[in-house]
Amino acid sequence: MDLSPLWITFKISLASTVFVFVTGLLIAWGVTYLRKGRAVIDAVLSLPLVLPPTVMGFLILISVGSNSFIGKILDSFGTRLVFTWQGAAVAAAVVSFPVMYRGIRGALEQVEPSVIQAGRTLGMGEFKILRSVMLPMAAPGIIASVVLSFARCLGEFGATLMVAGNIPGKTQTMSVAVYTAMQSSDRSLAFKWVLIIIAYSLIILVVMNCLPSIRRVRR
Amino acid sequence: MKTLKVDIKKRYGDFNLDVKFETSTDRFALLGSSGSGKSMTLKCIAGIEKPDEGYIALGDRVLFDSSKRINVPSRERKVGYLFQDYALFPNMSAFNNINIVCNNVDRTRELLKRFNIDGVADHKPSQMSGGQCQRTALARMLAADPEVILLDEPFSALDNYMHTIIEREIFDVLSDYDGPSVLVSHDRNEVYRMCGTIGVLDNGTLVEVQDKESFFAHPASVVSARLTGCKNITSLTTDGFATDWGIQLTPPEGASEFKFAGYRAHFFELAEEEKKGMANVFEVEVERVIEDTFSKVICFRQKGNNSTSSDSLLTFITSKDVIVEDIKFLKLDPSKLILLKR
Repeated sequence: MDLSPLWITFKISLASTVFVFVTGLLIAWGVTYLRKGRAVIDAVLSLPLVLPPTVMGFLILISVGSNSFIGKILDSFGTRLVFTWQGAAVAAAVVSFPVMYRGIRGALEQVEPSVIQAGRTLGMGEFKILRSVMLPMAAPGIIASVVLSFARCLGEFGATLMVAGNIPGKTQTMSVAVYTAMQSSDRSLAFKWVLIIIAYSLIILVVMNCLPSIRRVRR
Repeated sequence: MKTLKVDIKKRYGDFNLDVKFETSTDRFALLGSSGSGKSMTLKCIAGIEKPDEGYIALGDRVLFDSSKRINVPSRERKVGYLFQDYALFPNMSAFNNINIVCNNVDRTRELLKRFNIDGVADHKPSQMSGGQCQRTALARMLAADPEVILLDEPFSALDNYMHTIIEREIFDVLSDYDGPSVLVSHDRNEVYRMCGTIGVLDNGTLVEVQDKESFFAHPASVVSARLTGCKNITSLTTDGFATDWGIQLTPPEGASEFKFAGYRAHFFELAEEEKKGMANVFEVEVERVIEDTFSKVICFRQKGNNSTSSDSLLTFITSKDVIVEDIKFLKLDPSKLILLKR
């Protein structure tokens, strides 16, 4: 059995999670400062959560495809995103972004305002407050968001298929592998992949559930 | 000598904050009931909240000036703010809470020692008592070398015993400190012990600023009188009839310009039956008796007074030995009446 879909899925999830963690954290931090227009901006950032995967795939294709502005820039460097694992990572990133962003924003908002205000009156800069107070206090929530966002990449199917296609050993992820196996009536292969995906998900969720106890020990 | 000048206005829904005062080394107290805008005023000074308009200056530094669009950010204001809930960094030890501010290990050790918390230096706030937390917060505040100290109900989360101890420690800190300080409180005793000048906030407006002695002796308004702890207040007709209490008074000369009168609960005296019906004498109808720790609190009204005003019920605080059944008549000393214009 060719295990490449497992490694490809893992690679895509990892790349997507790293990227989404950095952008999600910075944007969530920025949004906590917003007073006006927050409801709208928050809705736009959460849109991938509710849009159909095909719509997301379509939007990604027209923004990074070979005819797009970004696509042309990448082309001039002799590279492209469509039909590559990096393209799949972009699809996974877009779809898992709201999970990360909303989770981190919620965790940052849990930090008592008076603690942040105290930091300011004591002369600490905003970044220092983020690094030495908000992040440590929000750590359990942030870690949970990272795990959930990583798990969300596993379930990505539609947008990935549209952007990266279904190239075995290159862009074929586990969820796509189940679909391909079923299409070619290879039920036993589909069954194996289903079992692997369930085991993989279970491990992630068990890790998730152990997190609140980390928090309790810390206190 | 630095002077803190505050003249600000802020709308907050239905609530209007309008505060103007000046203070230098004399410790200044903002006294008011909850929701009167005390904390909001402090937050405006600290730059946590932004006033709609006005002016805040510390010495020759302008912190806020709406006409010149100046609004110095909190972290550059050099304002020491002691929060009601301490607002310590919960992820850091007492040592780190202080050291992250001054970035000087020797200074941190010295502050820990000064406030007697060197024993819990490596404890996190969740492992410390309320008193230790407040001391850490105090040390942390001083580590930033503030040019003004703002205290937001600093004792409200402490028990009685700790309150007394921390209050003395804060008093010592403020006595050594050569800048202005503002204490926000609803407790008249605390304010009297800690501060020199008292400003009264009523529903967002600073209605009165006086030095503490004259404030307690001659409060200028009903609000101030209540805040000084005066329990009995009545409105007054021009010929001296106490409409809420339902008796005739003989107020001193020239009292006709006053619309209200107050009388402190422990100034009543027992009167004989012959005095019945005379001015300044109550025929007592006891409503309830509350046994306090070291005194008896008797709530009474003038017999036959059907007024539904809450001020028709008076309070008499007396010693525990007094037998309630003996209290038939009470007289007040008209020279001890607190006369109020508004």
